[in-house]
Amino acid sequence: MDFDLNEEQQLLKDSVDRLFAQRNDFEARRKVQASDTGWSRANWETYAEMGLLGLPFAEADGGFDAGPAGVMIVMEAIGRSLALEPYLSTVVLAGSVLRRFGNAAHRAEFVPRIVAGELTAALAFAEPQARYDLHDVATTARKDGASYVLDGGKGLVLHGGTADRLFVTARTAGGRRDAMGIGVFLVDANAEGVSRRPYPTQDGSRAAEITLSGVRVTAEDLIGTADEGLAVVSRAAEDGIAALCAEAVGALAEMQAMTVEYLKTRKQFGTTIGSFQALQHRASDMVVELEQARSMMLYATMNADEPDAATRATAMSAAKVQIGKAIRFIGQQAVQLHGGIGMTMEYKVGHLFKRATMIDVMFGDTDHHLARLAASDAAVV
Amino acid sequence: MDLRLTPEELAFRAEVRAFFDASVPDDIRTKLIEGRHPDKADMVRWQKILHAKGWSVPHWPVEWGGTGWDTVKQYIFRDAMQSTPAPEPLPFGVSMVGPVIYTFLPRIASMDDWWCQGFSEPGAGSDLAGLKTTARREGDFYIINGQKTWTTLAQYADWIFVLARTNAEAKKQEGISFLLVDMKTPGITVRPIQTIDGGHEVNETFFDDVKVPADQLVGVENRGWDYAKFLLGNERTGIARIGITKARLRRVRELAAHDQGGGRLIDNPLFRQKLVQVEVELKALEMTQLRVVAGEARREKGKPDPASSVLKIRGSELQQATSELLLEVAGPYALPFRDEHDPQGWNEPAVGPDWAAMLAPNYFNLRKVSIYGGSNEIQRSIISKAILGL
Repeated sequence: MDFDLNEEQQLLKDSVDRLFAQRNDFEARRKVQASDTGWSRANWETYAEMGLLGLPFAEADGGFDAGPAGVMIVMEAIGRSLALEPYLSTVVLAGSVLRRFGNAAHRAEFVPRIVAGELTAALAFAEPQARYDLHDVATTARKDGASYVLDGGKGLVLHGGTADRLFVTARTAGGRRDAMGIGVFLVDANAEGVSRRPYPTQDGSRAAEITLSGVRVTAEDLIGTADEGLAVVSRAAEDGIAALCAEAVGALAEMQAMTVEYLKTRKQFGTTIGSFQALQHRASDMVVELEQARSMMLYATMNADEPDAATRATAMSAAKVQIGKAIRFIGQQAVQLHGGIGMTMEYKVGHLFKRATMIDVMFGDTDHHLARLAASDAAVV
Repeated sequence: MDLRLTPEELAFRAEVRAFFDASVPDDIRTKLIEGRHPDKADMVRWQKILHAKGWSVPHWPVEWGGTGWDTVKQYIFRDAMQSTPAPEPLPFGVSMVGPVIYTFLPRIASMDDWWCQGFSEPGAGSDLAGLKTTARREGDFYIINGQKTWTTLAQYADWIFVLARTNAEAKKQEGISFLLVDMKTPGITVRPIQTIDGGHEVNETFFDDVKVPADQLVGVENRGWDYAKFLLGNERTGIARIGITKARLRRVRELAAHDQGGGRLIDNPLFRQKLVQVEVELKALEMTQLRVVAGEARREKGKPDPASSVLKIRGSELQQATSELLLEVAGPYALPFRDEHDPQGWNEPAVGPDWAAMLAPNYFNLRKVSIYGGSNEIQRSIISKAILGL
């Protein structure tokens, strides 16, 4: 049992933490957020130069084989610094689809371009009626000779407005909520019939609503089989959960640290408010929740490459539940203990609070995963 | 009778003398020859040289670091040491308190001795350093007077370790000593305290002019608070009781799967959700515990991880939450009281299922876990001071 980073990982963490802190100080981030795309191409190129965009990919495909721990290190830094670049959508989610299910031709064409920072991608799975059900897919893929024709709409495509490529779930057979009969298709975001309506999200990031009308792709653009795409997108969601757990822990740790700092400096009644026991104990409860969340982040990371699907699913749900609880508690207490300043746009804590809150509602919120665990007869421990 | 040394003893003497000649640092040797006193650094430096050679405590049993030499060899060694000259090891540690401690260890391991803890007092609970029991030095003895409370299983104990005030003038943490006391010593009275579950786990222990040999002082007089803090840190790491909670959660699933009429409790979605929430939190705590254990090697020896407070808080909460789930499983059959300490009564047929009889008492009893071992509020204060620096 070893929870320490190895030397290589520690070096990565040191340089990643330094870079993200420096590139995303609060003012710099505000400018990036206000820009057209909502993220910085210059930052993205730096990430590429540092090799961060290739971490989860196999060396044979042009990546760096850093595994889930490498992604965890970057996501935690993103969480702390509130970086806005499309790392989750491109490297984690689209990356998961490509590296786990893409064929040799897909990997050869796209992995090197992602690693080099030349191409971003997004996972287009969420439909307005589906809530958290990945199998609820109304978008259709009609076979027409050697090609497929896609029709439908996707509501929540993270960084879909700037993505070069989209991985789209579409129904090739069966009813809207059937587990089978879903295909995942690689679609050029600028293809004819694709229309995109980008919008800002609560946490300062960007997403897009995407409409597909008569979009024509070829059989080569199909990832895996035409029938079993649910496995592809479920696996991407699990990789997403592990990564988001790390991002959440980064944001929570930053909120916790800022809160303690504030308690040590803010003076009322002639003394620092950190001298009041009611506030000390609240701050201590934040430590307990943070440590528990960090433990489950490690648990999710350790299980991201777990071959047994049931074990993996249980681990991801358990992690999401625990971290969802920590998000509520630490987020709300961080704002509360900061008082009025925590409510303002000009102060970082509120932005961390918002980002963490939005993480809870991605890929299934706390109750969704609790219900999933409760539905199984297997105990979590 | 042969007062000459044997060839083996002669060889031993040569070996020892050669070691002393080569190993006593010149500056220390010069000091001794000139009749000056070695200072603390000299004493420590020399002891460490002996220790590295394996000769720092030659008279101790081999299993505790001794050499197994017979008395002749020990004499040869001492003689060579004194005549070199080399400083003699400080007697208080290696000759006085050391042997007190190691004589107890095998009897603790075999449980020939049952030990209890004499820390808390009626007026010194969370504020343990405010304790009032005194130990007055009289010749070769300490005379202990005062009252301890919450003495767990003192009714079975052969020995008690006691924190007592040896200096009333000093700052409250700096006047406390740590003493080992034979429970058979005249002047000790143990009185039971019954807890709300009906059990007898804890006691009051009274000390009335209890005479304790002075060599049963552990370590240094007035440093007892440091030793107590170390012990309490150890107590907190073990206090998470994750394995026990795991077993109890298995019991919850097992019992909730019985149809008690009106269906199985495990099929009630509200109950199931509560159960799963506790399981998830326990999984997280297990990972936290493993992180602390894995980090142990890197920590300074003897310094408990402040994270042990995290384990104490959440571990006790989960023990309690699990006992609440079990109480819920018992349902109305939580009601009948059977006295566990009355074997006669226990043999009577139960009202309701046997398995339900202890679930309410266990729930009542486990309210203690967020109170003892440093209450959870004290743990929060430890976190805010030791981790957060507030």
